[in-house]
Amino acid sequence: MDLYEHLFRRESGRLVAALLRVFGLHNLALAEDVAQDALCRALEVWKFHGPPANPAAWLMATAKNRAVDVLRRERTSRTFAPELGRLLESEWTLVPSVEELFEAHARQDDLLRMMFSCCHPRLSEEAQVSLILNVLCGFGVGEVAAAFLATKSATEKRLWRSKRVLAASKRLVDVADSEGVRRRLPAVQQALYLLFNEGYHGASPESGVRAELCHEAMRLAALLLEHPATSTPASRALLALMCFHAARLPARLDESGQLTSLFDQPRALWDKNLIAEGERLLDLSACGTHLSEYHVQAAIAAFHSQASGAEDTNWQAIVTLYDTLMEVSPTPVVALNRAIAIGQLQGPDRGIEEIRAISGIERLGSYPFYYAALGELELRRGRHQEASVHFRAALGLARNPMERQFLERRLVASQPVSSS
Amino acid sequence: MSEFVYLYRNAERPPSAEQMQQQMQKWMAWMKDLQAKGHIKDNGHPLERAGKVVKSHGKSISDGPFAEAKDVVGGYTLIEAKDLDQAAELASDCPIFNVGGYVEVRPVMKM
Repeated sequence: MDLYEHLFRRESGRLVAALLRVFGLHNLALAEDVAQDALCRALEVWKFHGPPANPAAWLMATAKNRAVDVLRRERTSRTFAPELGRLLESEWTLVPSVEELFEAHARQDDLLRMMFSCCHPRLSEEAQVSLILNVLCGFGVGEVAAAFLATKSATEKRLWRSKRVLAASKRLVDVADSEGVRRRLPAVQQALYLLFNEGYHGASPESGVRAELCHEAMRLAALLLEHPATSTPASRALLALMCFHAARLPARLDESGQLTSLFDQPRALWDKNLIAEGERLLDLSACGTHLSEYHVQAAIAAFHSQASGAEDTNWQAIVTLYDTLMEVSPTPVVALNRAIAIGQLQGPDRGIEEIRAISGIERLGSYPFYYAALGELELRRGRHQEASVHFRAALGLARNPMERQFLERRLVASQPVSSS
Repeated sequence: MSEFVYLYRNAERPPSAEQMQQQMQKWMAWMKDLQAKGHIKDNGHPLERAGKVVKSHGKSISDGPFAEAKDVVGGYTLIEAKDLDQAAELASDCPIFNVGGYVEVRPVMKM
């Protein structure tokens, strides 16, 4: 029997979540140890005999048995989940109580609870995303470090600090507490959006790592849609947006692994099923009174996905949507993208004008694609000299090898053709 | 054909869930290959790290040094091969080398 891809990693998050129910959130480290142990036993036993018929259930049962051992051994020296309290004190009630907490119906919302708990208001967004990757998605410290192109020791420290905050928060966020969920949902959506973007635009040069981050973000965003309290229009719009962008993943890198801009991607490679799923979700998101950033971004992505190329893109609609987005989320990067769209609609002169008029433009000073956008527009005006100055500036700011290679190629393309 | 025991020693735990799964899949593929070539007499078993050490007619029974010890037997397999050289050759693709371990190949003494 073959195991499905990433089984261990995926189940790791579920095991930790289930174990936290019995151990309590303050015993996060213990829950992680026991989950690791269950995976390790699986590695040992399955390599000799092959996996059992239901690998996930085997892992869960193994973790449960280990949990009972730990509770027996340490119930006098350690405190466990407060809601279990006295039930753990007698052998009579210990096993049935643990059994009940490990029942499938009890575990249904575990991942959501963990997701919400990881997005603790005292943690930075980056810390929340690292924590989600490590605890919920089962990425090892080295793998989290690779995703953010950080050192292993820095990642280890950050995770250690974040886990202390998480463990101190006493209990997991209760998904049935609709007020608490509503308050924290925007932070959760933002963290998943960041996680997706880290995969899509992020630092890691390895395309496999990047695609996995996108898939994890989509898997978790899909979880939001499974629960009535978290399946809001904005959650649907978020997943729609991810679908549209993920559809482009097969075309984002060319055969030699080089980054390809939206304008040059062979659109036949875009994943039609994901685009259809994005459209379905975008339709479903069109309700309620709150227009989120994700709604507008998804709508923009939908227009791109409908066009067969840059020329027949509905730039008018896209510019209008960027106007709306500027009302919802007025950031310099949104303003820059709006200017680029205007450059497509009304020509490069207007595009450059709009870029120059961005308020807070100094905040784009370290953003390579600010200079790259100016370079592209100058190039379209036929001003190669200016274009290459901008591309050179962009190159100096490149944040990773992928961006560097991409900008190097744009710089070469901008060099005036020698007349000799 | 003669029989040999593979003793798997000293393997370390892969650092992440993903690497554990990859290690296991490599191991399953390696075993399957040996099986297909008719070299497996008995898949064998993994062994728990914790145990007891009994000495002096049971006058000394202590918890096994295994949990702390570096050089632990993690499991065994019963192999059939032409001779010791072939048995050693077959072990050279064992995935245990990815995690710092090694294979001890010992001929089974027969009547």
